[in-house]
Amino acid sequence: MKHYEVEILDAKTKDKLCFLDKVEPNATIGEIKSMFHKSHPQWYAARQSIRLDPKGKSLKDEDVLQHLPVGTTATFYFRDLGAQISWVTVFLTEYGGPLLLYLMFYFRAPFIYAPKYDFTTSKHWVVHLACMCHSFHYLKRLLETLFVHRFSHGTMPLRNIFKNCTYYWGFAAWMAYYINHPLYTPPTIYGEQQVRIALIIFLFCQVGNFSIHIALRNLRPPGSKTRKIPYPTKNPFTWIFLLVSCPNYTYELGSWFGFTLMTQCLPVAFFTAVGFIQMTVWAKGKHRSYLKEFRDYPPLRSPILPFVL
Amino acid sequence: MSAPAIGTTKTAHSDVAPKKKRGPGALATAYLVIYNVVMTAGWLVIAVGLVRAYLVRGSYHGLYFSIEKPLKFFQTGALLEVIQYISSNVMIMLCSPAPGIVPSSVVLTGFQVLSRVFLTWAVTHSVREVQSEDSVLLFVSAWTITEIIRYSFYTFSLLNHLPYLIKWARYTFFLVLYPMGVTGELLTIYAALPYVQKTGLYSVTLPNKYNFSFDYYTFLILTMVSYIPLFPQLYFHMMRQRKKVLAHVEEYKTE
Repeated sequence: MKHYEVEILDAKTKDKLCFLDKVEPNATIGEIKSMFHKSHPQWYAARQSIRLDPKGKSLKDEDVLQHLPVGTTATFYFRDLGAQISWVTVFLTEYGGPLLLYLMFYFRAPFIYAPKYDFTTSKHWVVHLACMCHSFHYLKRLLETLFVHRFSHGTMPLRNIFKNCTYYWGFAAWMAYYINHPLYTPPTIYGEQQVRIALIIFLFCQVGNFSIHIALRNLRPPGSKTRKIPYPTKNPFTWIFLLVSCPNYTYELGSWFGFTLMTQCLPVAFFTAVGFIQMTVWAKGKHRSYLKEFRDYPPLRSPILPFVL
Repeated sequence: MSAPAIGTTKTAHSDVAPKKKRGPGALATAYLVIYNVVMTAGWLVIAVGLVRAYLVRGSYHGLYFSIEKPLKFFQTGALLEVIQYISSNVMIMLCSPAPGIVPSSVVLTGFQVLSRVFLTWAVTHSVREVQSEDSVLLFVSAWTITEIIRYSFYTFSLLNHLPYLIKWARYTFFLVLYPMGVTGELLTIYAALPYVQKTGLYSVTLPNKYNFSFDYYTFLILTMVSYIPLFPQLYFHMMRQRKKVLAHVEEYKTE
């Protein structure tokens, strides 16, 4: 069996960082990353980007050495991705914050509202309903992170956790402040009917969103990173796949739209709008990569809103 | 803030080194030249207006009123620059195969134009009582001198005929004008605070049917605080640009 020699150069300075000899031809990039980590302990595998070309795309961990367009002495380029943090950690932190913060406002913890309101409860039943919905939503997200989602990347850059938490925690506090305020005004335009319809929309979209997450999970066998086109299943909530590439975002938008209607609160409307913009950007990206990867991708589908967007 | 803001895409980036960039076409160039000439003229009108009013009155108090209208017109007109910059970047992004990244300088300089427009309309115009403050004259004069130099810089650059003096002035005057302008702006906002608090200007209180509130007084204080991280960034950015641009010219001189 002919062994390979592998040299790893810095992508920017072209310095020789590492030389590995007697590398098996069927070694994967992942294994090479572990070997590189041994000689440079500060660069754990998750923060290594290994490429064939200094400005090229990162190679995947599953790529096999002998199937790559390299000679028996392979030259790779290394780029440091910076400190990494696991997706699971980020999700748990960014979702745990809103759950707890909202409850603090709901129970009117001290130093938020005037002292005479500390630990009092609102007299409006829609405020109690909103708390249940908001808490349910983030509890669902936490449980999905732990038991449902299958992540294609293990980690993301560390700075993301600060950015993401600021967004989620900031908006949660801002919304919760007004909804649980002693001077909160319940929906006036259509009153009780509005709240009822809003609740139905919210619950419908929560179930829908969960159904999509389960459908996406089942596309991917445990431990794998394969990508397949999602199709409608027996669950009617997944039939939206006929019209949309990322129905999880569609349902998420619907949930927050319902919550806005339920609370009739402008900060909630802002949060919904900002989330909509971000999810549209993500949906368009995902839709584009589906089209690139699969020749037979269903042409009827739009990224996030049927026929529209 | 009073620092030089963006102008044309070509000149904003080719200040430092000649780049093989596809510059704007003939029509776009003509538009930009006219735009920059008009803006130079406008700020000259403001400068002349200030000087004449000073000579007539014999004092520098209350000169704001003599140039209020052209100031509002030409400072607001600078918003066009943000649109110009964004649309030229959109053209580059649409024509190139890979999606482009908007440079951070757009964010920085777009923010500057917005803050100037904010000072002009949401503070000085909205709070009558500060219009006779001397701090207003401080930032108006700083803006006026800066803009005359900046717009003539862009005009000459577009015509490929930039006198070294203008380039030098653009990258040197800011050293004094920028702190001067910032001081005037901060003092003006500070002067407006008591009136805003008393009248509840631009503020929304609870209860209301949209369950929203906004306190303009607190917002102004936060704006003043934001100068602390932002002003040094912009100032040192200009100083770095100065080193690059003026040092580069010296290389040519020694040849």
